[in-house]
Amino acid sequence: MSDWLAAWGRFVLEWLSQLGRASLFLLQMLRALSFLFSRPGLLIKQLHAIGVLSLPIILVSGLFVGMVLGLQGYSNLVDFGATSSLGTVVALSLIRELGPVLTALLYAGRAGSALTAEIGLMRATEQIASMQMMAVDPFIRVLAPRFLAGFIAMPLLTGIFTAVGILGGYLVAVVQLGVDGGSFWGQMQAKVQLFADISNGVFIKSAAFGLVANWIALFQGYQAAPTSEGVSLATTRTVVDTSLAVLGLDFLLTALMFGVW
Amino acid sequence: MSVITTRPGAAPLHDDSLVTVRHLSFSRGEHRIFRDVDLSIPRGKVTAIMGPSGTGKTTLLHLIGGQIRPDAGRIEVDGICVNELGRKDLYQLRKRMGVLFQSGALFTDLSVFDNVAFPLREHTRLSESMIRTLVLMKLEAVGLRGARALMPSQLSGGMSRRVALARAIALDPMMILYDEPFAGQDPISMSVLVQLIRTLNDALGLTSIIVSHDVKETATIADYLYLISDGQVVDHGTPEELSHSTSPWVDQFIHALPDGPMSFHYAAPPYEADLLTGTSP
Amino acid sequence: MKQKNLELAVGLFVALGLAAFLMLALKVSDLTSFGDDEGYRVTAKFENIGGLKTQAPVTLSGVRIGRVVHIGLDPQSYEAVVTLLINPKYNQLPDDSGASILTAGLLGEQYVGLDPGGMDTYLKDGGTIKLTQSALVLEKLIGRLFANIASGGSSPANTPAPAPAPAP
Repeated sequence: MSDWLAAWGRFVLEWLSQLGRASLFLLQMLRALSFLFSRPGLLIKQLHAIGVLSLPIILVSGLFVGMVLGLQGYSNLVDFGATSSLGTVVALSLIRELGPVLTALLYAGRAGSALTAEIGLMRATEQIASMQMMAVDPFIRVLAPRFLAGFIAMPLLTGIFTAVGILGGYLVAVVQLGVDGGSFWGQMQAKVQLFADISNGVFIKSAAFGLVANWIALFQGYQAAPTSEGVSLATTRTVVDTSLAVLGLDFLLTALMFGVW
Repeated sequence: MSVITTRPGAAPLHDDSLVTVRHLSFSRGEHRIFRDVDLSIPRGKVTAIMGPSGTGKTTLLHLIGGQIRPDAGRIEVDGICVNELGRKDLYQLRKRMGVLFQSGALFTDLSVFDNVAFPLREHTRLSESMIRTLVLMKLEAVGLRGARALMPSQLSGGMSRRVALARAIALDPMMILYDEPFAGQDPISMSVLVQLIRTLNDALGLTSIIVSHDVKETATIADYLYLISDGQVVDHGTPEELSHSTSPWVDQFIHALPDGPMSFHYAAPPYEADLLTGTSP
Repeated sequence: MKQKNLELAVGLFVALGLAAFLMLALKVSDLTSFGDDEGYRVTAKFENIGGLKTQAPVTLSGVRIGRVVHIGLDPQSYEAVVTLLINPKYNQLPDDSGASILTAGLLGEQYVGLDPGGMDTYLKDGGTIKLTQSALVLEKLIGRLFANIASGGSSPANTPAPAPAPAP
């Protein structure tokens, strides 16, 4: 019994100190951001590695998710003769939930894990240490540009995912199943609100997810043990922790934005 | 421990020492790595710090470079106490130090040219043509001017260490720290590196500190040797002096004997008793 | 050259992202459906608005001409006050038009339907629609039905059970 209690205590203490380390790490990255304006080239390079190279998976996934929503929504709504609100169903579920959440999960798998592995290997091969010994701050040269690029890329990727998803829904519903195109868009426009849905759902949620996903990925890479085992463990942790954090945060944000209490 | 008695006490104060270490103590967790160590590195010479693997030689380099701080003692580089410096002053001092890491630590996403240009671009506002001239000069010095367009993944181990050396001297430092420069090298690239370290030291007026366990190669170029074991300086002197040392420990290390004061066996209970007791591993 | 390609790719990426947001704003959301706050406002009082919500459409002969922008309560008469925003294109609605709260389909959302009157004067900004018909509240309807049955309602339309076949 007391062993069990002690184990719990150790776990909580370890978790708290981990949180403390991660917070300090975030502060150091944010402080390094101000130096970035003199080196915009670094940001461009990372936006390419993080954003542009994530585009294919986002485009393809978005299209398929939208098409599936169109099919499923149609087969349910057709029983009530309410297929005209299919556009609303597809758009709202994508904008409020599926767009930001799925993009963040895909991002964790595609870009987050790559960031962790890259930083972890840079540490394992002493590149970070050699940079420090050349009097170059790795927070400015390596971490802050990646963090900012990820933070910018996430809302853009979410917007693209959502837009492509709606187009996919349109393809299935209107082109394939013959739902009236006018009511597809019209009902959507009547129900989707610019500020309540799009800016809350797509913009604020994805910005929050971008912050968390990149924070976790870079922190895990930076504190990974400098061995191949350590780097692989950190990469796994990035994907798991980011997924859990995104889903938990999503519930919190949804309750704040759309909740009725 | 009783055998390690040859030359106890403080290291000699060289007439002109660039690095002095006084009463250095450092431990990692429960494990004590250095106990009251004194060292002094003469200016303009090649000094080697030698000892068996796992004795904290690399840690000593990290301490001199200010990457970690000692528990007690002082480390002075060119009269500046490294372990009391703030971040900014430390970075200023590091611009005058070059470090050659064991793995070379080249930036894998940059070409050979850009790797050597990296410190110049970060710390100077020189024009691109000026940087090109400087980079080609440094690469010529290590004999790799022709490899400037290659990526680090295309280089052999010896070549990437030479590129890292060119990068380390890019800012014309006052000293270079070499971390195991000969580990895992074939005989040819080993002798190339030995040659390079010596000629660069003399041609550029550097001070070199080599951390190594390769006795033969290191002894051929070092002006002065320190032997470290178990957190303490065991012996020091010129290679000539040490090869005639009467200490059995120094004798074992310098002549690479498999058994001696440094036992072949890791500490263990008596063999027979161990075999006959129970089932636990 | 390589740096140029990189910049081009990133530029394309950012443009694509912004285009996606533009599409979401213009094509998907309510931003354009009625130039946001353009149009004129008229109010109508209803005894009961049922499940009417703001943003609900306002239609005339099934054509969407505006939306509900505000729902309030008149503290004196205890009536619901619904503010409608009508597109300025449709500025020739007769003064005596009526408004009723209707339901799209059996389970659909509720909306405001206008029935044009015959006057020569037209509704203006700040005007009121006097002739209104409240939402049909299902519970009240059923309640009235049962009351009719209980009192032996004479109207055959109110009798749900089939009347016994008249004797020849």
